[in-house]
Amino acid sequence: MHPDAQKIQQAFPEAIQNAVEWRGDLTIHVKRESLHAVCRYLHDDPGLDYDYIVHVSSVDWPDHPERFEVVYEFYSIRRKRRIRVKTRVPEDDCVVDSMTDIWKGADFMEREVYDMMGIRFRNHPNLVRVLLPDDFPEGYPLRKDFPVRGKGWRDTFTFIGEKTG
Amino acid sequence: MGLTGKNEPAPNLIQVARGHQKDGDPGIILTTLEKAVNWARKGSLWPMTFGLACCAIEMIAAVSSRYDIDRYGAGVFRASPRQSDLMIVAGTVCVRMAPVIRKIYDQMPEPRYVIAMGSCATSGNIYDSYSVVQGVDRFIPVDMYVPGCPPTPEALFDGILKLQEQIMQRGVFSKKPPEAVKA
Repeated sequence: MHPDAQKIQQAFPEAIQNAVEWRGDLTIHVKRESLHAVCRYLHDDPGLDYDYIVHVSSVDWPDHPERFEVVYEFYSIRRKRRIRVKTRVPEDDCVVDSMTDIWKGADFMEREVYDMMGIRFRNHPNLVRVLLPDDFPEGYPLRKDFPVRGKGWRDTFTFIGEKTG
Repeated sequence: MGLTGKNEPAPNLIQVARGHQKDGDPGIILTTLEKAVNWARKGSLWPMTFGLACCAIEMIAAVSSRYDIDRYGAGVFRASPRQSDLMIVAGTVCVRMAPVIRKIYDQMPEPRYVIAMGSCATSGNIYDSYSVVQGVDRFIPVDMYVPGCPPTPEALFDGILKLQEQIMQRGVFSKKPPEAVKA
């Protein structure tokens, strides 16, 4: 087992569901309730020292009972180590704790996940859409049940200088 | 030895010089004012930089020394719509970008021309998705469409030359109906 995974496992015996190492990439699956505590430990512990947030993304598994998966990727600049942290979210309660109080850089990345997938982040300072227009009415385009061509919005709005009615 | 390398007599330079002397030719060109104005307009199309995607790379290549768009008088790319006549929309237009393009088009002084460069600006290309405008002609009038994905600089030149032909046929002081103007 990866020494980092062992260390996290000892610190949070209940929170870690699984730890996979594949071609040198370590992925740990964390329960949603303890995600924030685990990430705080990853950041603050001097032996782990994951001080840089690389990416936040999300995956939609339509047939899974816990439909969405939020994926965080961290990097330790001093130790040159990477880690991926995954957590599951059900559709009727898709809320995850925000990491913006640990890594400032999580701000825009979490906004993007909210924008495209509709997963909310608790304690986020400014959780509004970032890529799509603020008044985008059609929901969250990266979900698998979203039609590729949209729901007609792209053809309906009026442009500047256009006569309405 | 002549200039061509063949064994021929050298040209008589004194005779060439005589050609510029007074010979009774009045030196007048007869034309219409409309044609003269159109000639001036087509010879100094100042485009605006509007690169949105990979087509912009071809547009940049068209400007640089190998292709040299300046040969057609369309090389002075301006960063401000107030100083430009031609908008080359080069690339995929997202719905969020569309009002910006419309606003910039409205800021251009007349006469103004639009080239939709590439399949994306023309029709949306393969991006038949929720966020991509299906052709820039949905919100600004387009004078010339350049097909290709992306079009080569030569294709863009073809569009510019065809636009210049079209400009020559336009009315300056009277509005000709659009059916009368053909590329």
